[in-house]
Amino acid sequence: MILAVDTSLGTAVALIDADGALRAEAATADPLGHAEVIGDLLADVLKGAGAGEITHVVSGMGPGPFTGLRIGIAAARAFALGRGIPVVPVPSHLAAALSVSADGPFAIVTDARRREVAVTVFDGTDAAGIPTVVADTVLVPAVEADAHLGGIRRIDVSELSGADLARVAARALAAGRVLADDEPLYLRHPDVVLPGAPKRVGS
Amino acid sequence: MTAAPLVLGIETSCDETGIGIVRGRTLLSNTIASSMDEHARYGGVVPEVAARAHLEALQPSIDAALDEAGIRLQDLDAVAVTSGPGLAGALMVGVGAAKGLAVSIDKPLYAVNHLVGHIAADILTADSAPLEYPTIALLVSGGHTSLLHVRDLTTDVELLGETMDDAAGEAFDKVARLLSLPYPGGPEIDRAAADGDPNAIRFPRGLSKASDLAKHRYDFSFSGLKTAVARWVERCEADGVEVPVADVAASFREAVVDVLVTKALAACEDLGVPRLLLGGGVIANRRLREVALARAEKAGVTVRIPPLSLCTDNGAMIAALAAELISSGRRPSTLAFGADSTLPVTEIQVAERS
Ligand SMILES: [Zn+2]
Repeated sequence: MILAVDTSLGTAVALIDADGALRAEAATADPLGHAEVIGDLLADVLKGAGAGEITHVVSGMGPGPFTGLRIGIAAARAFALGRGIPVVPVPSHLAAALSVSADGPFAIVTDARRREVAVTVFDGTDAAGIPTVVADTVLVPAVEADAHLGGIRRIDVSELSGADLARVAARALAAGRVLADDEPLYLRHPDVVLPGAPKRVGS
Repeated sequence: MTAAPLVLGIETSCDETGIGIVRGRTLLSNTIASSMDEHARYGGVVPEVAARAHLEALQPSIDAALDEAGIRLQDLDAVAVTSGPGLAGALMVGVGAAKGLAVSIDKPLYAVNHLVGHIAADILTADSAPLEYPTIALLVSGGHTSLLHVRDLTTDVELLGETMDDAAGEAFDKVARLLSLPYPGGPEIDRAAADGDPNAIRFPRGLSKASDLAKHRYDFSFSGLKTAVARWVERCEADGVEVPVADVAASFREAVVDVLVTKALAACEDLGVPRLLLGGGVIANRRLREVALARAEKAGVTVRIPPLSLCTDNGAMIAALAAELISSGRRPSTLAFGADSTLPVTEIQVAERS
């Protein structure tokens, strides 16, 4: 069985068999509160899964608001550590793209806060059945997203399927492919400025 | 449950990723990865930088702690984690990891209070006699400056006072910058102060006037002191005089130390508690320890100072607190708690199962 955890939008946890069949899933759409719900969602999915051994933990690597995103990655890694099994990092937009049946290119668009959206453009699937990225994930101001896409079909997503994330990973594993490195998809630099000279306080 | 539970503690409230393993009151590992170097160029802890570093450091730190302790995760009786207070985004990384781990190995999870953890650090000092209650505790770090009345570690901790603005460690960092010294400021100020005269400049003691003491007897304030140092430095520059860095550093440090020790010993006297426990990273400051020990001795107060590796933020103190909770029969936390950046010290354990 393959366990998937994603906190890039809401919180999604799912367990599938190696062939992609769903064993159990649990999710909340709330874009906040990931830390509060992640433990119970994991426990619920384990309880609902039935017998079998978990072989991999899939971690959705974003894009997503960093504070929430990290909670899922931390939980996925710690879970894997507890079982002595590997973590499979997967870009979260691949899960959303998996269920899209479209002719020609389409864009997965998710909220990135601060009036920006994260956009990834896909076109079809490859031999392994994994959605093909034709333009890497970028942040664009929400009001400019349509202009940026120039007519490419836009699919706005506010919830991700943990099961689809797990299925993408299952296909990648079967094909011996690596879809992401260990670093979360941080599309912004930390919000910080180097200090200048100390402010004068006057006397 | 055995008499001495084997607990792994996860601490991510500020810039240290701390993983500790204890068996009851016996320390098996105190593994700390710090992101301090990454914050140095910014002159203070940057929450987002700290949170990113925690995520990277957690797994290797847990592996290292298990290695050092010579145990496997399956051997654990429980997992413990800091729920607060601290930086929200940083705390959440630890909470996510702790929940993932506890569910994975199917062990109980204890969500605990960071400040009370600082007190629990003391019970890991095998060579000293057990901590006696009640005790006054002074916790001083870059993130907090708190004076506590501890009647019982697991059930009864009261906040007497805390800083109204900057933490003492922050004041050291900010004044270091005023003196063009690098971050972190504590050791730099200490070094600069070595040849200085602590009585050269009479800097203000925050919240120490009679009028302030009525309302804020045990509270601290360091922003006025910082401003006073800034004014002093500016005046030197305006007058074309070289800033006497050693004297400024020594006098500033003396003002911080004086107000910390005075208020802590006032609490001991007012409450009739002849015991003072010091904790937090600023305890590394030699002058603070010296003054505290000397003045406490005169006041007939016994001072306890855990080893420095247990004074700075660490996971061992979190594990130790959970081990005490377990030994006293407390139930684990539910899985439904979150990170609470302002968790009050009275909440020693969070979300105990009913
Ligand atoms: Zn601390």
